Amino acid sequence: MIPKDFIILIPLLPLLGFLINGSITYEQLRGRVCANKSMVSFVACLMPFLSFALGLWVLLTLALHPEIKSISTPHLLDWMILDHFHLTFGLEIDHLSSVMTLVVTGVGFLIHLYSVGYMHDDPHYSKYMSYLNLFLFFMLVLVVADSLVLLFVGWEGVGLCSYLLIGFWFTDKEKAKAGKKAFIVNRIGDFGFMIGIFLIVAAFAAAVPPDTGTEIARDFLSFSYLKTHAGVLTPIITAVTLCLFFGATGKSAQIPLYVWLPDAMAGPTPVSALIHAATMVTAGIYMVARLHFLFVMAPFTMHVVATVGLVTALLAAIIGLTQYDIKKVLAYSTVSQLGYMFLGLGVGAFSGAIFHVMTHAFFKACLFLGAGSVIHALHHEQDIRFMGGLVKKMPITAVTFLVCTLAIAGIPPLAGFFSKDEILFMTYANEHTRHYFWVGLFTAGVTAFYMMRLFVYAFTGKTRYEHPEKIHESPWTMTLPLIILAGLATVAGFLGMPGHSIIGGWLSHLGQITPHHIEGSALQEFHLMGISVGWAGFCALAAFFLYKRNLNFTEGLKRTFKTLYSFIYNKYKVDEIYDFLFVQPIKGFSQVFLNRFFDQKIVDGLMVNGLALSSRFLGRCLSLIQTGLAVHYLLFLLIGLCLVIWFIVNG
Amino acid sequence: MTEDIINFIPQMISFFSNILNVLIFFPLLGVLIIAFVPREKTQVLKALALIFFLLEAFFSLHIYFHFTNTGVIDQFMINLPWIGAWNIHYLLGIDGVSMLLVILTAFTMPLALIGTWNSVGQGIKFYLISLLFLETGMVGVFCALDLFLFYVFWEVMLIPMYFLIGIWGGENRVYASLKFFIYTMAGSVLMLVALLYLYFKAGRTFNLLELYNYRLTSMAQLWVFGALAFAFAIKVPLFPFHTWLPDAHVQAPTAGSVILAGVLLKMGTYGFFRFAIPLFPDATLYLQPYLIGIALIGIVYGALVAMVQPDMKKLIAYSSVSHMGVVMLGLFSLNQTAMTGGLYQMLNHAVSTGALFLLVGMLYDRTHTRMISDYSGLARLMPVYTVFFMIITLSSIGVPLTNGFVGEFLTLLGTFQANRAAAIIGATGVILGAVYMLWLVERVFFGEPKHTHGLGADLNLREVLVMSVMVFFVFWMGIYPKPLLNKLERATETVLLKLEDEREMALLTEQSSVTGQSGTHWSDLRPLVLSLCKMP
Repeated sequence: MIPKDFIILIPLLPLLGFLINGSITYEQLRGRVCANKSMVSFVACLMPFLSFALGLWVLLTLALHPEIKSISTPHLLDWMILDHFHLTFGLEIDHLSSVMTLVVTGVGFLIHLYSVGYMHDDPHYSKYMSYLNLFLFFMLVLVVADSLVLLFVGWEGVGLCSYLLIGFWFTDKEKAKAGKKAFIVNRIGDFGFMIGIFLIVAAFAAAVPPDTGTEIARDFLSFSYLKTHAGVLTPIITAVTLCLFFGATGKSAQIPLYVWLPDAMAGPTPVSALIHAATMVTAGIYMVARLHFLFVMAPFTMHVVATVGLVTALLAAIIGLTQYDIKKVLAYSTVSQLGYMFLGLGVGAFSGAIFHVMTHAFFKACLFLGAGSVIHALHHEQDIRFMGGLVKKMPITAVTFLVCTLAIAGIPPLAGFFSKDEILFMTYANEHTRHYFWVGLFTAGVTAFYMMRLFVYAFTGKTRYEHPEKIHESPWTMTLPLIILAGLATVAGFLGMPGHSIIGGWLSHLGQITPHHIEGSALQEFHLMGISVGWAGFCALAAFFLYKRNLNFTEGLKRTFKTLYSFIYNKYKVDEIYDFLFVQPIKGFSQVFLNRFFDQKIVDGLMVNGLALSSRFLGRCLSLIQTGLAVHYLLFLLIGLCLVIWFIVNG
Repeated sequence: MTEDIINFIPQMISFFSNILNVLIFFPLLGVLIIAFVPREKTQVLKALALIFFLLEAFFSLHIYFHFTNTGVIDQFMINLPWIGAWNIHYLLGIDGVSMLLVILTAFTMPLALIGTWNSVGQGIKFYLISLLFLETGMVGVFCALDLFLFYVFWEVMLIPMYFLIGIWGGENRVYASLKFFIYTMAGSVLMLVALLYLYFKAGRTFNLLELYNYRLTSMAQLWVFGALAFAFAIKVPLFPFHTWLPDAHVQAPTAGSVILAGVLLKMGTYGFFRFAIPLFPDATLYLQPYLIGIALIGIVYGALVAMVQPDMKKLIAYSSVSHMGVVMLGLFSLNQTAMTGGLYQMLNHAVSTGALFLLVGMLYDRTHTRMISDYSGLARLMPVYTVFFMIITLSSIGVPLTNGFVGEFLTLLGTFQANRAAAIIGATGVILGAVYMLWLVERVFFGEPKHTHGLGADLNLREVLVMSVMVFFVFWMGIYPKPLLNKLERATETVLLKLEDEREMALLTEQSSVTGQSGTHWSDLRPLVLSLCKMP
């Protein structure tokens, strides 16, 4: 049994790491001390490791004591306490958050370790490490929060860290811009999230009469309150869930807000692995799973979630076919895989979606770190057209990369196969979304194709890098995480064996919209599995042989469908469309109309200074009368006197 | 004669046994002492002024720790006859809102002085005297419960501010200070007319607590509310009375900008909360939608215009328009949560915008330019400065765990319960805030480092100290706002109960008029106001 107060330490330890390394960084900035790199590394890696150990302890406690549903420390600190609304800080770890905690701290620890090698020569090493720790703090707050608002705290906090880390090399203006874009696009999503929160609070506040005593618990946004009073939300549940889902599309890079994620690859590669692949971007999926009891009440929203997920998965995968930047390919693949997860959520396969979050964290983190290893060895070359032949130079990276490529492609018995198949099967089993299955299946093939293309381009054939003699395998701090992650990507799938899925049982409290024809399902699942394995295998093999024979075999196609190709290559011009529709008009309107014309000319010019000028003009006119000649004054006096007399006479 | 002198001392002692009197007149003692120091001894002058400001801040803590949170204005009351013939009293007293604003004032002053220690060279003596005078005026405004006394303090405060901008301001200071002065004066005059009208109508009293129980007819309420609202709207400033603010902020010396943003703007919203809303409930209820509309325009308009400013101070000035719009939105939602949030946002704005002005001032001291385009990659050149600027930026855009989030969240949350559309439009300010602030950060701090002329060392210990205090407030108010919220909410509740009574009364009169009895009630005003709106 873990003492329940210990769970506070899970998020606080990384915060401590941030504070220690942050202070070191600060002192360094002031020029007082020179940071001791090994100490910084030690602190930065120790904290996530300890959190991981505690997370494991929690998991074991929950596993060994089935009667304990969750471990919680409510009311750690009062936050906003008003008469009609209470907010407290409190933590709660249940089965769902324990899985997420382990994924976040486990993968997080490995990536910290990897960063020790990858970022070692960066002059701002301690700053980088402290940011990573801060990120883990916020991510863990997000995961173990016991209320929607505390989740939102983590939600915005990870966004902040993402902003800081994308723009880590900010002297490059493009990178700084990418960070800003990520933050602002996320803010647009958060706008929806906030409106969702407001809707919930408004509904609850209306349900509890305001004049009932203040002693009634009014922490409307704690998950326990939400769960027990979900019925109150029935009339507005579709609006609430759609708003929250809009928030999720921001954080988890789904249509229409996915545009920030490809640009986010400007950050250091371990950051891409940790934040923009394994953990932060899955926050939206986690949030929907956490609030599954609300989402299942809104069938329409579920349908929207599934549709958005499916369309995103397909469109992003198609872009992935055309990219040449190794990180961009992986970025689009992340968007696509996140789409799968949302598809899973939308069809009610909550545990399947979380399972995919987990396996994806392993293989995608490994892929990114592999890419990082390559980029590191090639001195920041990211274009796959200038790679090639790395399998001999960097065998560990190559093998782990291949394992994970096969995992994401859905080749058994690797992890991606089980989790993706569970989602696809649940899609098929749900009568409303059966036709989605075929699109999902097609996308799985596309995924296998572009991933294999990436592998062939980067690792096989002749070395196209200009200094092949300089290429070396990375140090052990970088390869060890690769090996561990590849290992996990190999075995983690068995946690979700169809039929007796451990993870499914563990997350059974999320409920599952059970397929109607449960009897035939095992056999049916087997058939579908066969189809998808065959299709994915075919696509992977096709890509392997086609590209192996001739890397440029698509040149002809590109020329034939030139417009279509450039349309896809430029990610459907969505950035340009948003820029044209929103960014430029708002900027122009503010600049030209509001600022230069309305504010300066109308409000300030015409109204304010106009009034001043006109009163000055009036004063000038009147001052003409003040001639200073006594005769004139006498004349006015006389006129006045006449007028007075005239008034008296005629009055 | 001798008897007078003998009586004088115990009288003084009893007068200054009231902490509010101490807080109001202590800075004047400072003025008196500084007046005898030769003007060349600048360090002595500054040190003396600083001691007075620090002591004042220390004294102000007394009202926090000896405060009983009753929710009504009954703390540290003092009532002395002043101008007997006119029934004018020296009447002071505070509630939770004014207490926090007094403390805010008392803490802003020393921070503003330390933060701009070397910024002012010429005429430092008169500068410090102006600051001390200003403090007296500001504390007085927040404590006065006699409307005439309030008016006196209101005007007292105007003059030193006029000097601050006009003498120690930037290149276009005369224009800015005159604009500030005339604009505020125009408001004040209308306010005086309104106060006098109220005075005669209510039977010759300026006592706010008595006036709370007096009701003007609905029609008269509209006019008087309008006149007061005009004065306060200029101070807030509400759209479209905001154009003095960018000029004043840009031209004012840094300390002036900090005080302007930190305290002076709050007087507008404080005026609405303390006078306009509770004194004229009918008018408040009637004009609520229009005021919410203006507040929303302010939020969006301020943010959009802030976005395209080339001058940092101007950008922050327009962001003030946006933030103060949030405060107004909260106040006029007339919802307890929103109002509390709005009042809290007043304090937040003082911290974050005050700190931003200090930071820009620190930069200006070095380079003498505020133009965004003159900077690039500052994060490499002044990393410590950047750390502070980032933290304050986060507070300004309301990232959770900073103070800004608490205020914005509660305001919008409460507003949503009262008026959904208003809350949704107001929430776009959250997005736009991120846009203009992060764009500013991107242009100034990121990119290739550019050595702007004069850019020397990073922040020194003095500057770090000031900013550390600010950062402390940012997080304290963001993580543990409970004690402050509690005091604001009790005061809010009192005002809202008053409005609730009024609403019920209005309903009663409406019912009685249905049954044939005569009587004016507020719904009669609708056609009139509509016709007023249509007038060219």
